[in-house]
Amino acid sequence: MFYREAGDFSTTYPQDSQTFPIRFDRIRYYFVLAIAFLVIPFVVNDYWVSAIFLPFLIYSIAAIGLNILVGYCGQVSLGTGGFMAVGAFACYKLMTAFPEVSMFVHVLLSGAVTAGVGVLFGLPSLRIKGFYLAVATLAAQFFLVWLFNRVPWFYNYSATGQISSPDREVFGILVTGASKPAWAAYLFCLVFVMFSAVVARNLTRGSFGRKWMAIRDMDIAAEIIGVNPLASKLSAFAVSSFFIGISGALFFSVYLGAVEVGEVFGIQKSFLVLFMIIIGGLGSIFGSFAGAAFLVLLPVLLKNVLVGVLGWPTDIEAHFELVIIGGLIITFLIAEPHGIAQLWRVAKEKLRLWPFPH
Amino acid sequence: MLDQADGYLTADGRQIGPVVMEMQNITLRFGGVEAIKDISFDIREGEVRAIIGPNGAGKSSMLNVISGFYVPQEGQVLYKGVPRPQMRPYQVARQGIARTFQNIALFEGMSVLDNVMTGRLTHMKTGMFAQAFWKGRAEKEETENREVAEKIIDFLEIQAIRKTPVSRLPYGLKKRVELARALAAEPELLLLDEPMAGMNVEEKEDMSRFILSMNDEFGTTIALIEHDMGVVMDLSDRVVVMDYGKKIGDGTPDEVRNNQAVIDAYLGVSHD
Repeated sequence: MFYREAGDFSTTYPQDSQTFPIRFDRIRYYFVLAIAFLVIPFVVNDYWVSAIFLPFLIYSIAAIGLNILVGYCGQVSLGTGGFMAVGAFACYKLMTAFPEVSMFVHVLLSGAVTAGVGVLFGLPSLRIKGFYLAVATLAAQFFLVWLFNRVPWFYNYSATGQISSPDREVFGILVTGASKPAWAAYLFCLVFVMFSAVVARNLTRGSFGRKWMAIRDMDIAAEIIGVNPLASKLSAFAVSSFFIGISGALFFSVYLGAVEVGEVFGIQKSFLVLFMIIIGGLGSIFGSFAGAAFLVLLPVLLKNVLVGVLGWPTDIEAHFELVIIGGLIITFLIAEPHGIAQLWRVAKEKLRLWPFPH
Repeated sequence: MLDQADGYLTADGRQIGPVVMEMQNITLRFGGVEAIKDISFDIREGEVRAIIGPNGAGKSSMLNVISGFYVPQEGQVLYKGVPRPQMRPYQVARQGIARTFQNIALFEGMSVLDNVMTGRLTHMKTGMFAQAFWKGRAEKEETENREVAEKIIDFLEIQAIRKTPVSRLPYGLKKRVELARALAAEPELLLLDEPMAGMNVEEKEDMSRFILSMNDEFGTTIALIEHDMGVVMDLSDRVVVMDYGKKIGDGTPDEVRNNQAVIDAYLGVSHD
C-alpha cells in the first residue's frame, strides 16, 4: 500500500536492469541524495561530523569494499585493517611528496596502490579456500602493520613513528588538518561514498558481478561456463582493496588526522568491518551502509541515551554499551542470518500489500 | 564408412555435417584404475550423439575429458580437426563447448535471469572501467546479451520464473535453468550429462522436446549421456556404448540395439 510498484512497467531491458527499477525507490534515492548533498552540509557542526558522519561514511566505503570480496566473490578476508593501512600510508606519502596536488587525486591513487597490494595478497586464493584463505589474509594484516611500523621510510622518519596529516586543499578549501571546516570534510567523504557505491553497484550488476557471484556459489560450474577463476578472484581483490584503500586514506587524512598504525589499523579493524558486512548483509551494497550505520551509530546513540537521558555514569555506560551491542548482534543474527539488508527486503515485500492480507 | 569431410543423412532427413570433435585413442587412468580404455569416436556437426552404458562405464569421465576437467594420459582430442592442447575448463568453454551436470550445478544465490546471463559471460568483453560507470559500451553490451538470454528463456519456457532465486525452484525447473545457462552461451557443442535423471514422464517429454528443437532451431551439436533407453533411441542419431571403460558399440540406434556385445552388457553376461 505504501510501497507501490503497480503501474511500474519496464518496457526495455536497460530500464529493467537499472539500479532502482521501481519509481518509488528511485525517488527515495534522489531524495536521500538531495538531503545529503544540499541540506546536511549547511546544518552540521563539528560534533556531528566528527562523531557521526565521518566514521559512518568512511566505514561504509570499507564495508562496500569488503562486501565485494566476501559477499559477492565469497573470498573471506581478515586483512581489511592492513589494507586500510596501505591506503593511509600511501596517502601520507603522496600528500607529503606532492603537496600541491588535489586531495582527490591522492585518495584515488592511494586506492590504486592498495588495489595492487590486494592483488598480491589475493594470489593464494586460487589454491586456498574458506577459513584457510582467511588465515592467509590474516598474514597480510600482520605483515602490513609490521611493515609500516618497522620501515621508517613509510612514516618519513618521524621520531614518534606516527603519521600525521598535513593541511591539504581541494579547490582551495581545506579538507585535512586541524583547521578544516566540518562541512568540507563531510562533503569530501560523501563524494567518495557516492562514487564507491555507484561503482560497486555498476560492477556487481554487470558481468563482473556475475563472475564473482558465480565463483562464490560454485567455482567448478563457474569455470565450466568460461570464467577464469584466478582472474576473477584477483579482480575482486583489486576492486575490494581499491575501496578499502580509499577508506583507509580518508580515515587517516580526514577523520583522525594522526595515526599510529598498530593501534588504528590492527586486527580489530578487520573484524569490525567484517562484522559490519555480516550484520548489514553479505552481497548487498545497501547492507554495507546498514552494517556501518549499525556499528558506528548505535554506540553513539546508546551513549547519548544512557548518559544523557538516563544519567548513567560514563564508565558503567561504556561497559554496558558493549554488552548491549553484543546482545543486539546475536539477536539480529538469530532473527535474520542474512542481515539488515534482508530485513529491509522482507519489510518492502510486506509493505507492498500492507494493510491488506493478500 | 563415412568420409571425414562429408556427413550423412539421418533417418528423418536431416543433413549431418563434418566431424566437429574427434576423440582418438583416449585412455584415462585414476591411479591404477583405468576409467577409459583406448576409446575413439567422433561427434559430427548437427547431430545428437548419445553415450550410453551401465553404471560405472566411464561415460561421465568421457564427458569430463571433452570439457577439460580430466586430462587423458593417452590419446588426443581433436576439435574441428585441430589437436587440442591441454586446456583449463574455462578455455574449453571459450572454444564454444558448454555442458550441464548430472547433479545440478547452478548458482544458488542468483536469480534465474542472472544464472542464464552467466552463460553469456564468454561473449561479454567490456572492461572493468567501462562497466564501473555503466555507460556506452557496457550498457549496450548488457542489453544485447540480455536479448539473447531472453530468447533462450522464451525458448525454454521459463519466463515466469525469470527473477526467482534459483534456490527456490523445484528440481525439474532447475534442470531446465541449467540447460538455459548452457544454451545461452550459444555453444557449438553442447554436452548434457543425464539431462533427464530424476524426472517424471512429463518432464522427460518436455526435455526431449527442448533437446530436439534446440538441435533443430539453433543447429547445436549435442552429445548426451542418458540412462533412459527409450529416450536415447528416440533422440539420438548415433550412439556410443561403453562398458567397463571400453567401447563396445557405435552406430545408429538400430545398429546398437542389435549389437550382441551391447545386449550382453545390459543384460549381464559374465565378463572374462
